Amino acid sequence: MKIPRYLLKNPLALTGVVLLSAFVLIAFLAPVITTREAYQISPYQMPRSGFWQRPQPPSPEHPLGTTQSQYDIYYGMVWGTRTAFKIGLGVVLAGALIGVCIGSIAAFYGGMVDELLMRVADVFMSFPFLIAAMVLTTILGKGLSQMMIALITFGWMGYARLIRSEILHIKEMDYIQAARACGASDVRLLVRHILPNSLYPVLVQASMNTGSMVLAASALSFLGVGTEPGYADWGQLIALARNWIMGVSGNPFAYWYTLIYPGVAIFLFVLAWNLVGDALRDILDPRLRGAKRV
Amino acid sequence: MLSYIIRRLIFLPIVLISLSLMIFSMMMLLTPVQRLAVYAPDPSFMKGGADFVAQQIEKYGLDDPFYLQYGRWIGNIFRGNLGWAESYSMPVSQALVELFPATAELGLLAMIPIVLGAIWLGTKAAVHHNDVFDHSIRVFTILGWSFPTYVFALIVLMVFYGWLNIFPAGRLSHWATMEVASESFRAYTGMNILDAILNGNGAILLDAIRHLVLPVITLAYVWWAGMVRIMRSSMLETLRQDYVTTARAKGLREKVVQNRHARRNALLPVITIAGLIVAQLMGGLVITETIFDYHGLGQFASRAAQNLDFPAILGFALYFAVILVAVNLVVDLMYAFLDPRVKIG
Repeated sequence: MKIPRYLLKNPLALTGVVLLSAFVLIAFLAPVITTREAYQISPYQMPRSGFWQRPQPPSPEHPLGTTQSQYDIYYGMVWGTRTAFKIGLGVVLAGALIGVCIGSIAAFYGGMVDELLMRVADVFMSFPFLIAAMVLTTILGKGLSQMMIALITFGWMGYARLIRSEILHIKEMDYIQAARACGASDVRLLVRHILPNSLYPVLVQASMNTGSMVLAASALSFLGVGTEPGYADWGQLIALARNWIMGVSGNPFAYWYTLIYPGVAIFLFVLAWNLVGDALRDILDPRLRGAKRV
Repeated sequence: MLSYIIRRLIFLPIVLISLSLMIFSMMMLLTPVQRLAVYAPDPSFMKGGADFVAQQIEKYGLDDPFYLQYGRWIGNIFRGNLGWAESYSMPVSQALVELFPATAELGLLAMIPIVLGAIWLGTKAAVHHNDVFDHSIRVFTILGWSFPTYVFALIVLMVFYGWLNIFPAGRLSHWATMEVASESFRAYTGMNILDAILNGNGAILLDAIRHLVLPVITLAYVWWAGMVRIMRSSMLETLRQDYVTTARAKGLREKVVQNRHARRNALLPVITIAGLIVAQLMGGLVITETIFDYHGLGQFASRAAQNLDFPAILGFALYFAVILVAVNLVVDLMYAFLDPRVKIG
């Protein structure tokens, strides 16, 4: 087996896979390892024990403490894992799909179609991603799906460019000419012969982007334009910690648990995806195979 | 060279029109009542009751077809009316102009450690290819890439403000704000550091720097990761070139070969990326300015977004698009100027 041996030889890649598996496990077991209160309409709504502002330190009842407004940090972290997967995978899959469609149409037909689609992509790219997403989320309104729509709207261009250059390269190869000579239709050429051979870079790009999308989404939540109040989401937990980072006089780190736990969760999640993406690039990209790696 | 500049300038309106179309399309997702606020010259405008609002929607033609509304919107902007920013209690255009120097100051200052640090670390990593130093830089950059800006910012704020109390949040201390606003202090540029130097005021200079340290470190840390990687791979590539081998064969000292022959040529990709970063840095500025309570465009945007202040957020988007186009133009021209191998025109 190639992959296990590769993983054993690359401690960084192994770390990524282990971390990611742990997150998958937590997301799957979320209903088992947390208890849902009777008044929660949705399991994604964090339970709160009271209406005080001041966070409470870890206790037997709240193993990681409660944050501002008495939301349970442990519950928010566990269900926040599901939110993170939803955002990361959802945004990246939809973005990659749109990007691949637009990019392959542009590359395959070339000429005016190519020019038009790529200039549209340029306009979308000329605006900083986070700000564009923030503006669109503000207009669409708060909520997970609105935020995801905004992230997808401004997140497809990279894939489109990537697949376009990949297809332009493959289109000229002999086996494509051969297939064409055999009378294959445009669609058949694209779907059966060209796309399967040009998808790997997109896959690598997608896995690298999953982490960044979660970062961007949590940044939006942090800025107050992301998920609804009380939604189990790491970005929101950090936003709730913001008023308490100065601690109390004499003890500047009094409320450390409100910031550190969700901060570590986001960090490890993004790190896991980055490491896995790095490893995928090694495994899938034949041009880099054998190249010296650090 | 000249024909290139002229061609870029001809394309400028096309880029600006496409960007404004994009922003306007987003705006058209709002209801007519919400859009009316964008035309409001002052706050009393929106308080006229339902009849008045319906009348105004009629008057401003907010139910008209897309192209008519777009034309009117652009016309309004050319007259300098971007609407009323409720969250800042002033016209959007005024707020944008007043806040720009603060953001420019922070962004430009952050570029210095980003570029210099990246060049230094990247060169080191390439020269010590595959040894401990190189590996630790690799780990450092991966960590930097994965660490959320705002968590990093909150942690440094916790340590350096909450605990050690050396570097405060905000843009200036209270006394300094008063002094800058007073008659005796002349605001030449609106950038505190520059103004303090021009006024010969050391106390203000020190205060401004103290407030800028944390946001600059935050912005730099996050961007170092990407820049170091680029510098490293560029340097590695250059070190493999024949002329570097020739320089070594001539018996030049290794330091001279590395610094004079290799590094100079490895710098080009870093300069290109530095230009692109200026634009992307603005995204980071929104978060950084919000956390450090730094009164600039980034904080303006995040406050406007939180308060659903549509005129402010759209005005910001448009203003920002114009700045970006200008920055990109300057960077492109600089690049062509710096590298004689780039043939343009």
